[in-house]
Formats: sequence, structure tokens, C-alpha cells
Amino acid sequence: MAGPMKMRATLAGGYTDVRVLMTHPMETGQRKDAEGKVVPMHFIQNLTLKVNGRTVMEGQVSQAVSRNPVFFFRLRGGAKGDKIEVSWLDNQGETNKTETAVA
Amino acid sequence: MNNFRRKTLLGAAALLLLKPFAALAAWHKEAFSAKSAPDALKSLGVANSTPSPDVVIEAPQIAENGAVVPIEITSNVKGTTSLLVLIDKNPFPLAGKFDFSEGALPFVKLNVKMGETSDVRVVAQAGGRSYVATKEIKVTIGGCGG
Repeated sequence: MAGPMKMRATLAGGYTDVRVLMTHPMETGQRKDAEGKVVPMHFIQNLTLKVNGRTVMEGQVSQAVSRNPVFFFRLRGGAKGDKIEVSWLDNQGETNKTETAVA
Repeated sequence: MNNFRRKTLLGAAALLLLKPFAALAAWHKEAFSAKSAPDALKSLGVANSTPSPDVVIEAPQIAENGAVVPIEITSNVKGTTSLLVLIDKNPFPLAGKFDFSEGALPFVKLNVKMGETSDVRVVAQAGGRSYVATKEIKVTIGGCGG
């Protein structure tokens, strides 16, 4: 099951920096477990970043992204209190999202 | 009656959960399954990328741990709408595709896995043209398998 997400959005020098952490195994389908069985692929495929409800970034990623992914995005301008939302969808249909206000 | 109500509620909840992704572009399976960087680029419709110093890759020259290689990419090309990350020698080179719209800078920092020492290519797409930068990252311990 999808684990917790953490996000921080801060204003700095005319930009809003968004840092988001996702809890996800990001299994490549190449790793074997202790019993020698292949661990099936399980990885995030789609990412969406929204500001005040408007999508500003759509990402597609592969299993090559590291376990428990951390992404850093940068927005032009922004104001304290802007609502930032990041969501993901993985290859097994699991999904999660988190919201924060720009500080 | 109760049972019917529960089903209706479950259905509504499922719809709510699905809705945020209804408008998402589907995951580009063909490009992500390509076994070479040129094939991945071809299936994304990217050809003849011009090498450009305006596409910047910040990454360590030597990554001790291939399972977590920090890569920071930026495009200073005006009007960049999309950034692609490819790791040439990974089994499936295409690692990510990021599409930016008004408000987001063409910038992303992420951690990737690298199986072995490889060139990392970043392609920026702007106004129907594409620009590329490459950087070799040496890996001492691979990050695939385990």
C-alpha cells in the first residue's frame, strides 16, 4: 500500500521551490527476493503538480527512479498560502496525493 | 436497501478517486519499453536534437551508489515545454518525461538508478525543436538488481 508523502513549498527570491517525497518501493522487476523469486514491477508512472487547482507539471517516469522518490520542482513567482498539490499513480493502479500551502 | 446504498457510496468513492487522473496523458509505454535511447526518442517523435549549452545537467561525475544518483536538470532555452531524461546504458533508457506549463520552470531534480557507468542525456523540447545535453556519470556500484 502507498505510504505517506511529505511536501514542502517555500518562497525564495521570486520562485517557489517545491520539494516532495513519496514512499514507494519502485520495484524494477529485475530484483530477486531472498527466495530467488523475481519481485514484480511496481513503480510510479504518472506525477501531477498543481498550483491552486491548475496543473503546471505533468510527469511520466520509469522504474529507473530511485526507491522512495524525492522530486524538486520550481515555480515562477507564487505567494504565501498558494495551494500546492502533488499526486501520483503507479503501474498497479495505486495512487496518492498530498497538499500543502506555500510558506 | 442498506446494501444498495453501500454499493452506491463505494461507486461514488471510486469515481472520486479516479477523477484526478482522468485527464492525465497515458503513460507512454512504447517509449518507456524501448531498449535504446534512440528508439525511445524515436517513439516520442524526437529527432535531430541540437546539442546546446542551454540544457544543463548537474550531477556527480562519480556516483558511488548507482541506486541513488541525484540529477538536476534545467533548460535555459526559451519556451521549453518538456524535459526528457535518458540513461543510455540502463535496460530501459528513458527514465522520465516532464511536461511543464505556464508557471512551472523547466527544472527538475530527482534521484535515479543506474546499472553501470553511462551517458545521461537530457532533451529539452521548445517550439517544435529539441535540444540535447549529455553527461557521463561513472558508477562504482550498480543500482539494478540487488
